[in-house]
Amino acid sequence: MIPIILRDVQLALRSGGGFGLTLAFFLVLVMFVPFGIGANLELLARIAPGMLWIGALLSCILSLDRIFQLDWEDGTLEALATSPIPLSGIVLSKATAHWITTGLPLTMISLPLGYLLNLPPAQYGLVLLSLLCGTPALSFIGAFGAALTVGVKRGGLLLSLLVMPLYIPTLILGAQSVAVGTAEPGIMLALLAALSLCCVVFIPAVSALALRANLR
Amino acid sequence: MKIESLTCRRASTPILQGVNLELHSGMITVLRGPNGSGKTTLLRHLAGLGSDTQGLDTEEIVFSGHLDAIKATLTVGENLRFWAGVYSKALDPAIIENFELSDLIERPAGRLSAGQKRRLGLARVVLSGAKVWLLDEPTVSLDTASTDRLVALIADHSARGGACILSTHIDLALPQAQILDITQFKASSQEADPFLSGDFT
Amino acid sequence: MSLWEYANPAKFMALSTRVLPALACASAVLLLSGLIWGFFFTPDDYKQGSTVKIIFLHVPTALMAINAWLMMLVASLIWLVRRHHVSALAAKAAAPIGITMTLIALATGAIWGKPMWGTYWAWDPRLTSFMILLVFYLGYMALWRAIEDTDLAADLTSILCMVGSVFALLSRYAVNFWSQGLHQGASLSLDKEQHVDNAFYFPLVICMLGMGLLFITLVLIRTRTEIRLRRLSALQKRTSQ
Repeated sequence: MIPIILRDVQLALRSGGGFGLTLAFFLVLVMFVPFGIGANLELLARIAPGMLWIGALLSCILSLDRIFQLDWEDGTLEALATSPIPLSGIVLSKATAHWITTGLPLTMISLPLGYLLNLPPAQYGLVLLSLLCGTPALSFIGAFGAALTVGVKRGGLLLSLLVMPLYIPTLILGAQSVAVGTAEPGIMLALLAALSLCCVVFIPAVSALALRANLR
Repeated sequence: MKIESLTCRRASTPILQGVNLELHSGMITVLRGPNGSGKTTLLRHLAGLGSDTQGLDTEEIVFSGHLDAIKATLTVGENLRFWAGVYSKALDPAIIENFELSDLIERPAGRLSAGQKRRLGLARVVLSGAKVWLLDEPTVSLDTASTDRLVALIADHSARGGACILSTHIDLALPQAQILDITQFKASSQEADPFLSGDFT
Repeated sequence: MSLWEYANPAKFMALSTRVLPALACASAVLLLSGLIWGFFFTPDDYKQGSTVKIIFLHVPTALMAINAWLMMLVASLIWLVRRHHVSALAAKAAAPIGITMTLIALATGAIWGKPMWGTYWAWDPRLTSFMILLVFYLGYMALWRAIEDTDLAADLTSILCMVGSVFALLSRYAVNFWSQGLHQGASLSLDKEQHVDNAFYFPLVICMLGMGLLFITLVLIRTRTEIRLRRLSALQKRTSQ
């Protein structure tokens, strides 16, 4: 499983891997916010945490189809599926690699982007923590959607439609944990981490079912 | 190992039925049949990519399909090292030598010719160390010299107790191979589709 | 004789031919009598006036919107475990009916909300949950349409339905964290039964029963259509061979 993670990270960093694209997309999204609603610093400060979450979520969706699509097209997926590594282990490795190349960088870059949105100083730590707890869920749920749609040509739009409803609990918990004036962010963070852990445990198995069906 | 009365489906249509296969060490089986007769479907079923889980144990097989499972942006060496990692094997330099990939080791796999790609794909089969090789049209885009070397490798694999099931359209110099004509397993068209049975409008 | 016999398309068609007329009549009678009783022969609420009578449409459709998804979940599990084709087709057939119920529940809820809260849409948690249910239905139907091979589509949509149910449930409760909402406790839900007068309660129950029968009738009709479509494609495949 380690070789798969290493190779996926390596591929993402290579030219054409799309590593920088997600971050650039996140930057542009954040830039759009003041264009859309005006550069009122007070207003920005109030919506900054939620905007960072929505931005991170949308940027994450952008890169989901890469999780399985390329391996599907060049035959790597069927070769991996017939290798000694169980299919759920392959999903686990690939979703982990997706988190390392997408969720983690998005979390890191959210801090400077938060400054652009006039994020209140007290919220920086919370934003970092909540994205750290929540982005694994985004990657794993996304891997499930990618496993469902891997056989659909030009399935990117369908993938987004399938995945977005599944993202609702994560988004609500994540955005609530960082919202300005939240009384007890700790509970939300704990729930968010629990959600992520459940996704890490259960999603690989169901995604393997979907991949198996698609490989037939 | 034995496989009995296996039914193979392609897109939920039965293609083959009652397939009986025996698998023992040193065996080489060449699948024969016209296009669309189900050679690929049968191999995929054996590899566990079929509609039921009657495939062989994935610990013991390696499957090579129409696609070479190569990453274009990685070099030849990186591709091989990745697969060696997947199969938890050390990368044997003799394999690289055998497929004449030593000079190409630093080249991105995307810049290889079709025949070179196929050689890289087959190198994965050899380095997996699996007992049973399932090869779907392995000779496609190989030149005569490479085909001969592949034949030698298969013979060597069987001499060391491995088994190989392959499909091909050309005659390979494998005297010990048994030919399996799969048209005999062709599924009869009146096989029960539940939606065709019964009387209703 | 076991229930599984009706997983055979021909048996299912024979049975549904026999029960459909009775089912259709019963649902029409129940629904009509319930609605007429509810709309014309119940008193106006002392606070809400006659607007309260939308409950006779709103509550039954909301109930069926959720039950339709539950039925799809059960049918999907049956398909995944026992691979009965009719089961997969029934799940497919139920989705458009479920989404229609959801839309009616959303619309009647919004219309009721206008006089009650002064706005059609106020992101009330209960109505928002139904909005979320709506997107789950949309995704499910989109996946069916995107995949050509029916067995593969049945497999993938069943898995989606299974996972979707878990996340729909999670969303339902996550929404409570997100907003306390405007709802006055029981005004939009079945809980109302405990608080309402018998004058409302009986016609409401009749409407709910009628809506349930209507749902079953529609699912049967649509499943029959799906079975005929499958037979047609099987026949076409046979002649083209």
